[in-house]
This record gives sequence, C-alpha cells and structure tokens, in this order.
Amino acid sequence: MHPAFSVIGFTVASGAGYGLFILLVLAEVYGFADIDVPVALSSGLLALVLISGGLLSSTLHLANPKNAWRAFFRFRTSWLSREGVFAVLFYPAALLYLIGVYVNDAQPNGLVSFVGLSAVVIALATVFSTGMIYGCLKTIRQWNTALTPTNYILLALATGSVLLVMILAFADKDINAMAGIAIALLALGAIAKAIYYFWVRTVTGPTINTATGFTRAKVRLLDTGHTAGTFLTQEFGYQAPMSLLTQLRVVVFALGFAVPAALLAFMILGLPSGLVALVGVVAMFAGIAAERWLFFAEARHVINLYHGAQHT
Amino acid sequence: MKLGLVIDLDVCVGCHGCAVSCKQWNTSGMTGALTDYNPYGQDPSGVWFNRIRSYEVGDYPNNKTINFPMSCMHCEQADCVDVCPTGASYKRVEDGIVLVDQDKCMGCNYCSWACPYGARELDRSTGTMKKCTLCLDRIYDERLEEVDRQPSCVITCPAHARHFGDFDDPDSNVSKLVRERGGYQLMPELGYSPTNRYLPPRVTRLIPTEDVSKKSLISSVKEWVNKMVER
Repeated sequence: MHPAFSVIGFTVASGAGYGLFILLVLAEVYGFADIDVPVALSSGLLALVLISGGLLSSTLHLANPKNAWRAFFRFRTSWLSREGVFAVLFYPAALLYLIGVYVNDAQPNGLVSFVGLSAVVIALATVFSTGMIYGCLKTIRQWNTALTPTNYILLALATGSVLLVMILAFADKDINAMAGIAIALLALGAIAKAIYYFWVRTVTGPTINTATGFTRAKVRLLDTGHTAGTFLTQEFGYQAPMSLLTQLRVVVFALGFAVPAALLAFMILGLPSGLVALVGVVAMFAGIAAERWLFFAEARHVINLYHGAQHT
Repeated sequence: MKLGLVIDLDVCVGCHGCAVSCKQWNTSGMTGALTDYNPYGQDPSGVWFNRIRSYEVGDYPNNKTINFPMSCMHCEQADCVDVCPTGASYKRVEDGIVLVDQDKCMGCNYCSWACPYGARELDRSTGTMKKCTLCLDRIYDERLEEVDRQPSCVITCPAHARHFGDFDDPDSNVSKLVRERGGYQLMPELGYSPTNRYLPPRVTRLIPTEDVSKKSLISSVKEWVNKMVER
C-alpha cells in the first residue's frame, strides 16, 4: 500500500494524544503521579493539540473533503464512521474533565473522575476504531488480524505515557512511577510488534491461482492491459526494497522502543531532566513514524495478484 | 433479482472492446465523465470500469493464454458498501447492483481498499469514486429495443464472451451457462460472494507445437546473414 504521510501523521499524533489523555486521567484518578492543575492542563492541552492536528491531517487525503461531514452517519457498519463519531464525542468529555480538574484544584472528586474515565473509554474506543479501520479489511492479510488494533492501542498508550513523563519531568515532579509504567508499556508495545513481524512472514490467504480460478497450474501475468500507471497501481502497487524494510524494522525497535525506555530508566536512576525525556520523545516519535510507514509499505493488497504477484 | 455478468474465458480474445465501449457509454452516463489524464502525452491514464489482463496458465507445452476481463462483481457480501463512512456506496435491494452516489462520496478511497477485484477507481478531477453501474441507465431504458437493454460491454463483445442476466432465475441464460460450464467465482475464500461468474476454458485437444519442420540449409544461411549484416 502507498504510505500516505497525512495518514501516518494522523495515526501517530492522535494516537499519542489519546494515550497521553488516558494516562493523565488514570494518573490523576488513581494517584500514581503527582498531577496538579498546571500539569493536568498542559498535558490535556498537548493531548488535544495532537489529536486535533492528527484529525485535521487525516482530512488531507480526502479527494473531496466538502462531503467529509457525511462521514458520521454510517456508524452501524463502517469503522471509519465509528472512529469519527468517537473522536467527536471525546471532545466534550475531555473538556469537561479538564474544567472539572481546574475548578476542583486537581483534588479527588467522584464526578470529575467519572467524566474523566468516560473520556478514557471514548479515547480507547477511538483508537480501537482506528485500528479496526485497517484490521477489518479482508483484502490485506497483513492488516486483517487482531494484532492490528492491539498494536494501535498499545502504541498509543506507550507514546502517551512517555509524553506524560516528559511533562512531569519539566514540572519537577516525581516521575518514578510514571516512568516505570511507560517502560512497561514500551516493552509491551515492542513485544506485540515483534509478534506481528514474525506473524506477518507466514504467507496465507489468496494466491494468483485463487484470484484467477486456475488452481491446477502455474499462472503468470503476460500483460496488464495498460501502458501507464492506473489508480490501482498507484494506490496498491507500492513496493519498497526489502533492504529498506529490514533496516526500518531496526529503526522501529531502536528509536521507537529501546532508546526511550533506556532514557526513562536513566531518569528513574537519578537523571530527572526534562531534556532527557524530550530526547526520548523525539526518538520515540521517529521510531513510531517508521513503524507506521512500515505498516503501510508492507501491506500488500490482493489486487496485486492480478498484476502478477504470486501471493500477497 | 440478482443481476450480473458471466464471462467466458474460453472465447475472450482480449480485444478490449468491452472496456472501450464501457468507457464510451459511461463517460456520458450517470457517473460520467470518466476522466482521462494526459491523454495525448507520454503516460496516458484514466478511469476505467473494465480492465482486461492476460495470463499464461500452465507450463510449456501445456500452456495457454487467458484473457481476463474484470469489472465490478456486484458482490452479495459487498464490503465496499459496509466500509463506506458516508453512505455514498450502496447496493440496490431490488437488483443487487452496487453503485456510488456521486453527491455523497468524499473520496477517502476506503471502498477501493475493501474491494479485492480492483473494481473501483478514484476520479481525480471530481474527487469521487467511480465504478461499473452494470449500465443501469441502459438496461432499464424502455425506449430501447429489448435486445439493446443490456450492458454496453455485453452488446459490444465481438466474440460473445460476455453474458448478462438474472442469477436468481434458474432458467436465465446466465444461470444455465454457469450450470453447464462450471461457472466459478474469483477468490471465493474471501467470502465476498461475487455475483459475476467466469466460465473456464473448454478442455480441447492439444495443438502440437514441437513438430514444426526443421530449418532448411538455405533458411539457415539467410538467418546467419541477417544476423551478421549491420543495418
């Protein structure tokens, strides 16, 4: 699949935003980090900026954005529609929660916690829907797996947790518990990603034989029937060199998981500097962007079978 | 009613006549125009509802060239309809034709991702998804003669490789053809249950290609001279 930068930017940024908001609420409600009003408001604002920027970026790949408002009405069947509805529902819950925290001076309060936890549920539903947009496609075996929404949720939580540690570090708060959680989430994300990379190597599903119906003999493409590229070759024919894919996997694990986890570990051991956390965040976003690019570049649509691929 | 096409792979000669007539009819039809990009330039491209590809099936000397026309299969389990967030993509209850409402489409490409048969193509000039309509504006046009109320590709095909009809009617020509010739669906394992069926090539006697007569001395000399002389 052709990796569209608007979609990569959207999934990485809004995923991190939802993850940050989820961990902010959980940290405040269950008290595993020292969340005061400035920390809550700056985290909440950063989360909303990331989410909104991501959602706006996602409209860039629409060919006819003037009809985008119609995208909320197919909630019953379309994951894209569900994602849109949850994304919109998230805003009032999130804003109410932040106002509640501000008014209540970040003290534990049943009503505020309830609103916050509702926002958490909606945020999780949004990220799950984002994953299912890809996970529900039977035409792309690399995506059509429960590993896809799992990956989206785990990476959203991991990126969000590292962002929250950064904010806590800049606010001179105790980061130990949050950094520990962030390391655990990074490890979980890395394990899930590793499982995905092993799983995706096994070829299953349609082949050129079932695509053409000639299952008793070898089938080779003689002629595609067109002299230049078509919509199908542009949208689905993207192929990156194998060496680049392998190198990017190293980047994903090194920058996306290992470097931020190592920096967080140093911070726990007594280097509680906001700048260290910022370096971790930058490395992590580079790694996760590479992960998302690979997610698209490695996905092979079954239409490639008609263009000569033996399997997807 | 379950309208669809039967395509006979035994007689398709790969002339692209169906694709061209489809383009002509539908470019002025309900989903037209079907834009051409760079039509007189180096890389002419554009929106087509029909694409014909050619495959070699089997190994020499038991190989065969198969021309393979593909358009929308008007699937019974049409994921392109389910994934559409705006409701632009829909399947008609009365005859099973899958269509795109050009006034609702926002051009997100999601339906084309969900389609395993490459039946949908984005028109970059309008920003909307275009696809085969089974010539809806033709098969129901009562001003036309009965024989002309068929999709453009079916009428045009000079080899009569394409047949149009109602699959729900066991006595229709398409149902009979599927029964008699073992008509099959493409990629049935994905579960889209495409309406369109393909008829496999008939089993025929192999035409020998190895007993071509040996080269004569004079033809070998001619061939050698032709290789040697620079032109």
